[in-house]
Amino acid sequence: MAEQTVSEKPAATERPGKVEARPVRHPWQWVGVVVIAILAAMMINSFVTNSKWDWHFVWRVMEYRPVLEGLVKGTIICTLGAMVVGIVLGITLAVMRLSTNPVLRGVAFVFTWFFRAVPRYVLLVVLGVGVLYLYPKLDFGLPFTDVHFYTLDVKSVSSGILVGIIGLGLSEAAYMAEIARAGLLSVDTGQHEAASAIGMSRGKAMRRIILPQAMRVIVPPTGNETIAMVKDTSLLSAVPVTTELFFQANAVANSTYLVMPALVAAVIWYLIVCSILMVGQTMLERYFGRGFGGQTGGNKQSWRGRMLSLRAGGGGM
Amino acid sequence: MNAETRPLVEAVNLHKHFHGVDVLKGIDMTVAEGEVVCLLGPSGSGKTTFLRCINQLEIFDGGRLYVDGDLLGLRESGGSLHRLSEKHIAQQRRQIGMVFQRFNLFPHKTALDNVIEGPVQVGGVSKKQARIEAGELLERVGLSERADHYPAQLSGGQQQRVAIARALAMKPKLMLFDEPTSALDPELVGEVLAVMRELADDGMTMVVVTHEIAFAREVADRVVFMDGGVVVEEGKPADVIRNPQHERTKTFLSRIIAEQEQHAAAAAELVKPPE
Repeated sequence: MAEQTVSEKPAATERPGKVEARPVRHPWQWVGVVVIAILAAMMINSFVTNSKWDWHFVWRVMEYRPVLEGLVKGTIICTLGAMVVGIVLGITLAVMRLSTNPVLRGVAFVFTWFFRAVPRYVLLVVLGVGVLYLYPKLDFGLPFTDVHFYTLDVKSVSSGILVGIIGLGLSEAAYMAEIARAGLLSVDTGQHEAASAIGMSRGKAMRRIILPQAMRVIVPPTGNETIAMVKDTSLLSAVPVTTELFFQANAVANSTYLVMPALVAAVIWYLIVCSILMVGQTMLERYFGRGFGGQTGGNKQSWRGRMLSLRAGGGGM
Repeated sequence: MNAETRPLVEAVNLHKHFHGVDVLKGIDMTVAEGEVVCLLGPSGSGKTTFLRCINQLEIFDGGRLYVDGDLLGLRESGGSLHRLSEKHIAQQRRQIGMVFQRFNLFPHKTALDNVIEGPVQVGGVSKKQARIEAGELLERVGLSERADHYPAQLSGGQQQRVAIARALAMKPKLMLFDEPTSALDPELVGEVLAVMRELADDGMTMVVVTHEIAFAREVADRVVFMDGGVVVEEGKPADVIRNPQHERTKTFLSRIIAEQEQHAAAAAELVKPPE
């Protein structure tokens, strides 16, 4: 017995321990880093040395009052307004599409069909110019009678941002409807059944159980749509709306002949707005991904993981 | 008829077909108050469909189905039948709890929030009161410490026990179980069956679709064997399981008992200490 324990002891220490292996080397990754670094240095060098960039003027355009006003009113407010219209109407359309009522299904289908087919630029021209021509006044009252409760003077709002919000919002709703429909369909039918089994009405089940789970699927493409909408507000000049970022930057370019600096100012503003939206999107995804093992919340970690592994020369990119 | 044996569920000539295929071909069955009935039968025999008809997740095509004296899904007036509105159907469902094969917990809500959802949103119970009651229910199924966990953080057996607590939170007169242990790993089946057994001992009326013959034998007051959309045979578990009268019952039982004994033997082999 004693002999055995003695002979076993060294064996136990020889058992394989902690793995301390060298990571796989990725030399080409370092070559790539060097090439990109050189290109970046060249670019920065040209920014600094080529006086035609005129960064001082870029900065002045960026904080020029009409440009700022265009950014806030035309770009930001219009984006938010159009997305609110688009999301609310889009989810409503998606619920209609999935309804058992054939009339609702038909209406939703025709709406989506129409607004997906018409280009946004054309739609904005039609709304801004055409509607004013066809219906200078909108009467709200009993149809086919002279009873009017309220008369809307289309001309007073037609040139405004409201038309832009409505036009972009209607167009967006058609796309959001498809996104929301995919989200609603992604929720397991067992969830509908479980909700009805505890006595919930279909509407309540939709609001409390189905939609919150569908949001997990709906939010990421909606963030994408929002960022696309920021850029589509540059179409507002079709309405025409002049208090809008691109229009104002362009106006500066045309009046000063400093075309590039003025447009770069607009580009930088678009970059800033989109970056802020991306942060918001990540936060929303984390909120609606709760209970799903942080699949979406893990983005940051994997990003950090990739950066670390790049620094260590490891990583599998 | 005395109060104790009042039929809580009464099916009369119940028919159901899907796309021209008859799934239920005239089921007659009563379940008395406080009774535990196990539905046995091969897959496709219509037992799950029958259970789903009781909770109106399926709408029957023929016959009548009553729960606690109420005709389900229909209203008779002026000599003709009218379908009930969605609101009325929801009301009828409130007195029936259902436990699903795949649990169907709400994944975006914690265990506790799953349990209070029904009482708060449908039952009109205050959130505070519902939390107290939900805490008691979770304790009853042995999951007090898991109240703040999301379903994804729970094992299958734990999820199913939360699902039972969620159904009980509506204070149902009747509990329906649709193969509650079929989606579970073998070692997790026991904990769910234990909760169900306790529920049966407390006098809950239960209709259970199951393949757990041992559970049926020990807990059920009556077993009903279904095949091909009809009730083939029913009676006391000891009689039906030990001494089946019909050929189809015999075939099914001998197959499933052999399977389960095999599993039991394999499990015993596993826990046996090595030589």
